[in-house]
Amino acid sequence: MFSNFDFGVIIRTLPYLFYEGMTFTLMLTGLAALGGLVFGTAIALMRLSGYKVLGRIAGVYVDFMRSLPLVLVIFWFYFLVPYIGQWVTGASRPISVGAFASSLITFIMFEAAYFSEIMRAGIQSISRGQPAAANALGLTYAQTMRYVVLPQAFRNMLPVLITQTIVLFQDTSLVYVLSITDFLGAASKVAQRDGRLVEMYLFAAIVYFTISCVASFGVRRLQARIAIIR
Amino acid sequence: MNYHWNWGIFFEPNPMGTGTYLDMLLSGLVLTLKTGALAWIIALIMGSIVGVMRTLPTKGANWFGFAYVEFFRNMPLLVQLFLWFFVLPEVLPRSAGLWLKQLPNAPFWTAAIGIGFFMSARVAVQLQAGIGSLPRGQKMAATALGLTTLQAYRYILLPMAFRIILPPLTSEFLNTIKNTAVAITIGLLELTGQARSMQEFSFQVFEAFTAATLLYLLVNAVVVTAMRFLERYVAIPGYITGK
Repeated sequence: MFSNFDFGVIIRTLPYLFYEGMTFTLMLTGLAALGGLVFGTAIALMRLSGYKVLGRIAGVYVDFMRSLPLVLVIFWFYFLVPYIGQWVTGASRPISVGAFASSLITFIMFEAAYFSEIMRAGIQSISRGQPAAANALGLTYAQTMRYVVLPQAFRNMLPVLITQTIVLFQDTSLVYVLSITDFLGAASKVAQRDGRLVEMYLFAAIVYFTISCVASFGVRRLQARIAIIR
Repeated sequence: MNYHWNWGIFFEPNPMGTGTYLDMLLSGLVLTLKTGALAWIIALIMGSIVGVMRTLPTKGANWFGFAYVEFFRNMPLLVQLFLWFFVLPEVLPRSAGLWLKQLPNAPFWTAAIGIGFFMSARVAVQLQAGIGSLPRGQKMAATALGLTTLQAYRYILLPMAFRIILPPLTSEFLNTIKNTAVAITIGLLELTGQARSMQEFSFQVFEAFTAATLLYLLVNAVVVTAMRFLERYVAIPGYITGK
């Protein structure tokens, strides 16, 4: 079945695939997860703040982002970010931001909506007595969040946060629509240049599968450990 | 901003000769809905079978269900679509591969099947959780009454489990519709694809994407409302959401 396939093409292009492609994918995943977590936590705090207007704004943002396909959001930001950059810097024409910055902003804004829902559940899972006790000790709202609520919420939600990051890792492959050289983009460029679609796409599938599998196995172990502590 | 807004663009004829730009977007919407519906049917059927297998006492069925879910969950949807679209016809026997390549509407069928199988793993996980959330006594009572395993699932477990997991199934259905946008990569001109080609023809980027965004929001609103009615209609008496 594989007699006329050339699996040597994978070996020959390994450095390109991993140094160029996988580095981009992992950088994008890591930074987007970090940024998404920060913004997501801020959005969750807005929703739970008790100020109606803030909560409403955050709610609309989350619902809006979650009802759009990621591909459409990627296109939106790709065209929108230059204009936002122009508006922020006061330049006379739309500024060019580059592929990495554009996709990073996209993924941070998109994932913030999903991370915020996770953090909201995490914050709500903490018993009422904790912030009440912090309040009684004279801690301010910021101190309560920083030292009491958020560390626990983050810890309880860690498995879910990592699972979401695995989904994010897989979703970064969608920057393909902007012809960016992430891991899949690199594989696809080689595939089209050498006419080796089958070999390259099978290899890409195996790499994504292995990384995601190992990561979700880790999550399962982590979950078991956290479950004992609680 | 030196962007030239032109909201009248929707009523100008498109270069494909298929009416106005609005018609182009609407045909994309129809294709999105068609693909989403077919994918959802596949996801429900496969997901139900695999979800049930994961709860069966048989070791083999259990293991198959586990492997199935892991297989379809741990690869990006885009990669899976490429496997169905580019790789499958090559690794099949020659005649079958040729038939696949010459299939009219290949992107549509590939997208529906690929997204369907991708989502079926998620449906399976939800259904497994739903069956797992039922009290053990239900299955025992069914067995005690002399029902076979098939009858127990058909008459006792599944009717309960499906109603319990209706809310998460709603969001999986919405995900299915949203995921059809990924099929733009294999040349399916669904809503996002049509918005993109409208942008390429007319250079009216933001009008095109605004229209697509509004249409997606509309679809979401309709599905959520319809599912809420369905949820109320099939609610189980005695549960929090019941009558």
